[in-house]
Amino acid sequence: MDFMVFQYPMITVQACLDGILLGILFALIAYGMALQWGVMNIINIAQGDLVILGGYIAYFMYLYGIHPAWGVIVSPIIMYFVGVGIYKLVINKVVDRDLFISILATFGISILFMQLMNFAFGADVVLANSGYGTTFLFDSAVVLPNSKIFSAFVSIVFAIGLVIYMKKSKLGRAIRATAQNARAAKILGVDTEKVYAATFGLNAALCGVAGALISITFTIHPYMGLPYTIRSFMIVIVAGLGNLPGVAMSGMGLGVFEEFADYILGTEFRIGSVFLLLVLILVYRRFKLSRKREYLK
Amino acid sequence: MSKNVLLYAAILIFGLAAPFVFPAFKVQLSILCVLIVLATTWNIQGGEMGYNTFGNILFYGLGMYLCASVQVGMFFPLAEWTESGGEKTFVHTPTQFFQGMAAGLIVAAIVPTIVAGLIGYAILGLRGHYFAICTLGLGVAAGEISGGIEIIGAGQGFTTPPFPNVGGLEARGEFFYFLSFGALVLTFIAVRAIYSTRFRLILNAIRDNEDKAEAMGIETMKYKIIGWMVSAFFCGLAGGIMGGLVGYIDSTDVAFDGREMGVFMVLMAILGGKGTLWGPIIGATVFHIFKEGFWTFFLGWQYVALGVLIVVIVIYFPEGIMGWLREKYPERFGEVVDEADRKAQVELK
Repeated sequence: MDFMVFQYPMITVQACLDGILLGILFALIAYGMALQWGVMNIINIAQGDLVILGGYIAYFMYLYGIHPAWGVIVSPIIMYFVGVGIYKLVINKVVDRDLFISILATFGISILFMQLMNFAFGADVVLANSGYGTTFLFDSAVVLPNSKIFSAFVSIVFAIGLVIYMKKSKLGRAIRATAQNARAAKILGVDTEKVYAATFGLNAALCGVAGALISITFTIHPYMGLPYTIRSFMIVIVAGLGNLPGVAMSGMGLGVFEEFADYILGTEFRIGSVFLLLVLILVYRRFKLSRKREYLK
Repeated sequence: MSKNVLLYAAILIFGLAAPFVFPAFKVQLSILCVLIVLATTWNIQGGEMGYNTFGNILFYGLGMYLCASVQVGMFFPLAEWTESGGEKTFVHTPTQFFQGMAAGLIVAAIVPTIVAGLIGYAILGLRGHYFAICTLGLGVAAGEISGGIEIIGAGQGFTTPPFPNVGGLEARGEFFYFLSFGALVLTFIAVRAIYSTRFRLILNAIRDNEDKAEAMGIETMKYKIIGWMVSAFFCGLAGGIMGGLVGYIDSTDVAFDGREMGVFMVLMAILGGKGTLWGPIIGATVFHIFKEGFWTFFLGWQYVALGVLIVVIVIYFPEGIMGWLREKYPERFGEVVDEADRKAQVELK
């Protein structure tokens, strides 16, 4: 236990800024999860592994001498096809089935990806060095790597771009129609199968962007996927489906929570505290909902 | 009825004779017993109650740590034991070992039961995928947190007391085999007894439609918690035995191993057929044979194989072996089939 946070206000500022920049990234991943959850009613446990895979694409570009920031463009394009491939192979067989079946199937995909990445890229913790330098604020009391600011900026750009795309484009309208009522959309001539594939591909592409940013900003490791899945799930249930400002806000809140947990409890309990927070939120939600149910009675 | 008695007697005799007939496979058979216990208890939630949990691994790991901690802590300072990291600074005498093991197993069974009762009230109110993800989170959180606690070895692991030097070379394997076989028999008797009462019907009612069950005047929450506590009891017991059998406890790789054991128990129950008494037993046996094959012939690729196996079983075989048999030979399961009706259905298809 370390209570430096409360004695030195600058650490608080540092933690808040770090947390917000981190949380924007989380919100991007959560947006992808909300998309496929809303449209296909699937919870993808492999979400985090898609993120890590996207990160490795950027990392390999870095290894071959290309600046990893280009991964932000390349990674989503590759990940889109990976996502469509996963959809065609597995997900389209579980879309209209029991929810638990889809959770278990994506859990299987997650284990598969973890291990394949472990074979292909090795079990080392890696990061792609962007060489962006750091920004010092308040007489060097707050240190912000420029890569974090860059990643937050790129995430916001992609999120806004996707929102506009969903509103304006034909595919975006088809996706929204399918989310509202798949059967009615089908009757009106929307090829829902294609929409599902595109949704899953878009989700994977978002994961690819987030992964590329994470490989620049933080570190990636084949087994680090599951925490990202849990974080995005948590953000979505706190915000609610289809509530984009909520997703952004709860993403940032989670980021700040994590930074403080890191300072106060110590780094070894960071992931544990995220998972415990998930349990607490779900339990809180259950008691809130049960009160509502009693009231309705 | 007499056919059943004969069957049970045959299985019991086989179980008792197995370590002497196949002395080379004692450890594998003990692990099989533990796997069957886990699959059977998972089936109480996932199969009968419809609450698909990834969190039974929590009780398994808790039982493992508790059993080993009690076994060490009864006679030696626990912190120094984990500090020495498996070097033989302290040695259990045979009496101490067996006393410690007995006390440890009792604690390992009781404490998870209490924990299940306490968290059950909060968690079992969740439905569907919220419950599944919540339990997944619980299991991983337990692993991460126990990996940060110094007194039980933190990241470097916890060596359980080595088996004392009594009764010859084969004694260790035989002791753990009979321990796990005993746990298996106990679990089977308990679960069979539970399934022959009204309790099973209540659990099935909860699975089929919880709101209606509540409306019929069943206190669903009470029964859900009891069901979870029964699972937790046997999961903790199995964990305690497994800890002694493996001889080494690591927070995320052995105890709270959501990636392996936590998925295995789900997979075994689904493979055998959810919601049947024999399904998980058959599923665990088949799965264990497959798994050992994979682990031997595809060393290094086993998780890849596991991932593919999960996807294939879940997509193409969700009813499991028992479900398939039931479809094929409905008469054996006591279902009356109207021949004309069946023909009509076939024609409709």
